[in-house]
Amino acid sequence: MLTFVFYLFFLLIFVVFAVYAERKTAAFIQNRLGPMEVGPKGILQTIADLLKMLQKEDIKADAVDKLPFLLAPFIVFTAVFAGFSVLPLNAYVAGSSISGGLFLLLAIISLDVLGILMAGWSSNNKYSLYGAMRSVAQIISYEVPIGLSVLCVVLITGTLDLQEMSIQQTGSGFLSWNIISHPVLLIPLVIFFIAALAESNRTPFDLPESESELVAGYHTEYSGFRWGIFMLSEYGMMLLLSIVATIIFFGGWNSPIPNFGSLKLYEWTSGMYWGTFWLLSKSLLLVFVQMWVRWTLPRLRVDQLMSLSWKYLTPLSLLMLFVCGIWKLWLVS
Amino acid sequence: MSYFKNISYALRTTRKGLALTLKYFFSARFRRNSKSVAAANYFDGEKGTFTVQYPNEEIPVPDHGRYKLHNEIDDCIVCDKCAKICPVDCIDIEPIRAVEEYGKTSDGTPLRIHAAKFDIDMAKCCFCGLCTVVCPTECLTMTNEFDYSTADILDHNFSFGKMTEKEITEKRNEFEEFQAKKETIKSNPSSEKIKPVSLKKTGAKPVLKPRPTPKRK
Repeated sequence: MLTFVFYLFFLLIFVVFAVYAERKTAAFIQNRLGPMEVGPKGILQTIADLLKMLQKEDIKADAVDKLPFLLAPFIVFTAVFAGFSVLPLNAYVAGSSISGGLFLLLAIISLDVLGILMAGWSSNNKYSLYGAMRSVAQIISYEVPIGLSVLCVVLITGTLDLQEMSIQQTGSGFLSWNIISHPVLLIPLVIFFIAALAESNRTPFDLPESESELVAGYHTEYSGFRWGIFMLSEYGMMLLLSIVATIIFFGGWNSPIPNFGSLKLYEWTSGMYWGTFWLLSKSLLLVFVQMWVRWTLPRLRVDQLMSLSWKYLTPLSLLMLFVCGIWKLWLVS
Repeated sequence: MSYFKNISYALRTTRKGLALTLKYFFSARFRRNSKSVAAANYFDGEKGTFTVQYPNEEIPVPDHGRYKLHNEIDDCIVCDKCAKICPVDCIDIEPIRAVEEYGKTSDGTPLRIHAAKFDIDMAKCCFCGLCTVVCPTECLTMTNEFDYSTADILDHNFSFGKMTEKEITEKRNEFEEFQAKKETIKSNPSSEKIKPVSLKKTGAKPVLKPRPTPKRK
């Protein structure tokens, strides 16, 4: 319950500043300054945008299918936010105690595709429908490599509980992280990261809302608050998958600093607040990487997207599952 | 095999692209200096953000750039040369002859014509700078002011004449009276002679001032 309250507020604040960070990152990479006018260095720009967005008219076109149209944004957000329920926050606050937490998380966030399809189909607009179709095809395709790469970690750690997984990585700073103590997980990490970009419809996999082709994809017909919910879910998905990556590969809430002889750096930087700090700062670093990738790589074509998933990531993740199995056998023996 | 080649190509290009954007991301710590084009190191310091937040900061422009025209009306002898050379006829002058020399410009040229109107329509101006070249007293210059956009295009017509309506009619009447008087003298030569005043426009000889000519390399 505590994690729910924390993550809801954290998500809302995160979205406001992530949009700002996204614009600043884009600007810096492109030798620009980005938002500079509202507040010092433009830090309040998103808040101004948010206030403007909330005042906008909630437009419902005549030809839309009313009920799915109105419901879709909330289904998307609910699906994404439900994923946060199983995330631990620190060593003492563990989230929902479901033994199959990671499995539930992957299952429930793939429901957001339903909301996206509802939005696209009910909008009665060819761009929306195209966007929704692409999104469905993309998310379903990338469920496979993301599931398999997570399975590699599950195979090695032997648990689906995210808190249990974090506790296993406790001890000697970054040396006990899964990615360091089990180097075979490096390729699953890359696969997970690529698939996570696709899951959250981020560039280079932003075909569902590719502005240059589809106006705004599945949310073309949405305005004001309902559009804001879509935006919130998109950034929520980014954060969620970054936190998951942090927990399963980068030690979750564990401090990255190992002990040096008599310097008990690890113990000094552990604890309730430290744990939350480490979890969130590692996740936000991954969010930055997602933004960085967005302003580096151009968008993939639909056929390239499919071939990347089915011809490259899926076989590779199957192979890595096999390799991780052997690694686990070698560790046990 | 092209399958593995594709993988290695994708990895290599992604790594290179990410390295490039990260370099740019960190170079945003620096800002390109707002240097004048005349500065010797103008092309140095390409690193960093390029944005000039215009109303708050400006890139310095050359003092002798071709921007807004300015006429120092006190030094103007109303010779009409600028209006004549202007290719787009943006200078509108209404001269009134004075009955006698009424002053001197700062370079010592005698003033013999009043400027009832000296309007420059910057909306028509083609910024060729010919008017400033022909100006004998160098009262017409191009300033470094370039931001004078207005909501109404008529506001781009700048008036430099500073005579009031009253002064204009006064001077006009004065001249007409003088002309009439001259006519009567012409028709009746036996009457008293008045001192002739040169009314030729070319009477105002400017003091010769050599201009510095740009050296060619």
